[in-house]
Amino acid sequence: MNSPFGNPNRPNSYIGKTVPRPNAKRLVQGRGQYVDDMVLPRMVHVVFVRCPHAHAKITGIDATGALAVKGVLRVFTGADIAAVCTPWVGTLAHLKGLKSPPEHAIATDRACWVGEPVAAVVATSRAAAEDGAALVDVDYETLAEVTDMMTALDQATPVLHPEMGDNLAFQRRHDEGDVDAVFAAAHTVVEAHFQTGRHTGVTLEPRSILVDWNPGEGQMIAWHATQAPHMIQVVLAQHLDLPESRVRVVCGDVGGSYGIKVHIYPDEIATAAIAKIMARPVKFIADRLESFTTDIHARDHEIWGRIAVDKDGKILAFDIDDWTAIGAYSVYPRTSAIEGNQVVNLCGGPYDFKDYRAKTTVVFQNKTPTSQYRAVGHPIAVTVTEGLVDMAAAKLGLDPVEIRRRNLFADDAYPVVSPAKLRFEGLSHHASLDKLIALMDYDALRADQADAKSRGVVRGIGIASFIELTNPSPFMYGIGGARISAQDGCTVRMDPDGSIVAASSVTEQGQGTEAMLSQIVAEGVGVLPSEVRIITGDTQSTPYGGGTWASRGAGIGGEAALQAARALRGAILEVAGAMLQCAPDTLDIRDGAVVDKADGADRMPLGELGRIVYFRGDTLPKGLPRELVQTRHYTPADYPFAFTNGVQASYVEVDTDTGAVKLLNHWCVEDCGRVINPQLVDEQIRGGIVQGLGAALFEELHYDAEGQLLNGSMADYLVPMAGEMPDMIIAHIETPTLESDLGAKGAGEAGTAGAAAAVMNAINDALRPLGGEVTAMPFTPERVLRGLGKLTD
Amino acid sequence: MTATFTDRIDIALTVNGEEVEARVPAGRHLVDFLRLDLGLTGAHASCEHGVCGACTVRVDGQAVRGCLMLAAQADGADVWTIEGLSDNGSVSDLQAAFVARNALQCGFCTPGMLVAAADLLDAGGAPDRATIREHLSGNYCRCTGYEAIVDAIESVARARTDGGAA
Repeated sequence: MNSPFGNPNRPNSYIGKTVPRPNAKRLVQGRGQYVDDMVLPRMVHVVFVRCPHAHAKITGIDATGALAVKGVLRVFTGADIAAVCTPWVGTLAHLKGLKSPPEHAIATDRACWVGEPVAAVVATSRAAAEDGAALVDVDYETLAEVTDMMTALDQATPVLHPEMGDNLAFQRRHDEGDVDAVFAAAHTVVEAHFQTGRHTGVTLEPRSILVDWNPGEGQMIAWHATQAPHMIQVVLAQHLDLPESRVRVVCGDVGGSYGIKVHIYPDEIATAAIAKIMARPVKFIADRLESFTTDIHARDHEIWGRIAVDKDGKILAFDIDDWTAIGAYSVYPRTSAIEGNQVVNLCGGPYDFKDYRAKTTVVFQNKTPTSQYRAVGHPIAVTVTEGLVDMAAAKLGLDPVEIRRRNLFADDAYPVVSPAKLRFEGLSHHASLDKLIALMDYDALRADQADAKSRGVVRGIGIASFIELTNPSPFMYGIGGARISAQDGCTVRMDPDGSIVAASSVTEQGQGTEAMLSQIVAEGVGVLPSEVRIITGDTQSTPYGGGTWASRGAGIGGEAALQAARALRGAILEVAGAMLQCAPDTLDIRDGAVVDKADGADRMPLGELGRIVYFRGDTLPKGLPRELVQTRHYTPADYPFAFTNGVQASYVEVDTDTGAVKLLNHWCVEDCGRVINPQLVDEQIRGGIVQGLGAALFEELHYDAEGQLLNGSMADYLVPMAGEMPDMIIAHIETPTLESDLGAKGAGEAGTAGAAAAVMNAINDALRPLGGEVTAMPFTPERVLRGLGKLTD
Repeated sequence: MTATFTDRIDIALTVNGEEVEARVPAGRHLVDFLRLDLGLTGAHASCEHGVCGACTVRVDGQAVRGCLMLAAQADGADVWTIEGLSDNGSVSDLQAAFVARNALQCGFCTPGMLVAAADLLDAGGAPDRATIREHLSGNYCRCTGYEAIVDAIESVARARTDGGAA
């Protein structure tokens, strides 16, 4: 059940308003504190020696030269680290059949991708450690590498991990209805082959960790750029043989994460192991080449898709065959199978149809491991679905908007279960599409497109509807056996001066988590948001919880904060009632003061109540509860996931001589339920869209046939720059989830989910009259020219 | 690393209006000198290739990549980082606009972005959005999608021009 946040005139009405972020002022002054900004007494630096081959046996390591470098203290091999750190296996029980071999923090006898750590050099300065690393002499015997996804399962292809039997990591097939019969009888069938480019998140702050082990206290502290401090606590404890209670993870400012910083990385765990061995603080900061070769990659998919429609364009069935290559290991502990699994879950997601078949095949290869990056699997599923829908519309001569109107789940259809067996509580596809069409003035845009055409200018309009998975329950990881919390907590306390402190287990990486929490707590207690200080990112001082990933911070962490704040409000009013000799329910708290609920008349500032409780408790009735600290937790229970929906549109201009695509405009209407802070939500959508636009036009990690990464620098791997990006028009429909009082669902990934598909459809709308089509991302000038048939070699 | 890079060089410069004398390895980059030797951690090392702009600082009035300049080259220079520009108030309107428009998320690119923006606005006039976008193309932001940053800079440009005319 939702609370009535719709009335803007209610007291303390901060939920739903744009309020400033408490941490923004500090960041614009350069006063952020990222891990690399920290210096500790006796701190040393670790640099990793990394395998230059895609697949090689390590036959010898000679550290003599490195140890002779001034400042170098120690050199560690895989065996040295394995003595204090157990290997891990990136599988989850609910992903049936997923297999992956044990992975060590530093490779022991064999390295499986270019960039896998094979030794660690510790020195008093980063420069000395780098000098030492260059002098570690490693003997390799190169092994046959597996680099091609589509031949990975062929008999002739070597098996990457012989003990696994084959190169198949995971396969999942979903069958609903009689797909073959439907396709055989359908009026129109369209099929296409899609490709999404292997790319990565490119956080401007590289992965960073600083770990200290204090044997005197028996405690390890890791200052870590992470999205999930409690998950890291568990993993460090488990693999370094420490009690969980003796590991503290502190997450200060984080310079971008987007899913990159939610995984276990071998070099980071090795850093903690070295801290434990050396009993002093050890810092590891990835350099940019290491970021490209060792941050998780994502989206390396090839998909064959078919759609069957009747003569009116009604969708009858989808048939999807997805392939993805995940590198040499399934990433721990969230695995590398979720992305393919999501493609199976999400294809066809917005549409009301019956027959559905989808399969994902996940294979090993000698490349950097892939795993969850912002909007996991969504951009792939949306690209395939929306690409096929547009192709079917074109074949039937239907407008892209019209075919969607005929097939989107009706806005009054909920609750409903999709053919992929997803449960939707309440979505707004039609209202969102209607709003989008009005915002972009679709008819005028079509007129502009026609006018441009008459001038020889090729423009196209693309639309992409989508669903987004948010607010994951324990069904995401917990049921698979991972100690990754789906629950979050918030402790809210009132200090003697009447100010409020809220400690939350969800974390801040720039989304505005702290602002969102401050306004929820302010409304829940009845104070100004500026009177609320927020603590996040410390396993020792916040409640236990999951952190910030899968668009869960506001929906789950926010609800816990709301409940805790209301509990504190109740506790304050109980004391106030005793002090003012009246029933607590005749009182309210507004703008930091106790007031009469009926007329808002001031009765007592919270600072006065605080003074009495903390310093003159003797004047209160004995036995009166005065617990001005309250904690509440929340985990979704009614639905495994709170799905959101939205629709994006792109307007592009294609230069048919050069193949260059210019983004003219971009629109998004999305429904994340209750909007807590409109500005922050809009900026999440915009930032997400631009990451999707990068995937559509620029971003791809190129490997040669030997598994060498060819573009491991920011000069070679292109991400969107200011000059190429369009302004974006964002709007919302609000369908709050009824599962929580707050009603918030997630918004962090919607932009990324649909942007690339909208661009693809826009380019194809432009190329179709010329007989051209593109389906392999990124849509570089070369690929556009090939799609037009102007390049054929 | 050859001995040349580890040779020490005496430098004297002004950083944020304060005189600094130091003995630095010849291979020390300006951004590392500022961060490691002076504790000025506002400028960030990110791509270390001169591409992303997170290390941008002001040297003798110019916006400069701290990862492409050696500390030794700054001998005699007048260097300003986000810390000094915050203290002297010269970018306070830009900072306020960035906060108001939420033109930053993680904040890692922001100090460099502000120096680049100040560089553009100090040239005078009220640049249009395309010019602002073009000027910022040496400064990557992975969080915002740039629009809020362009909005913030555009609003300050207008305010400065209006203020100048009044």
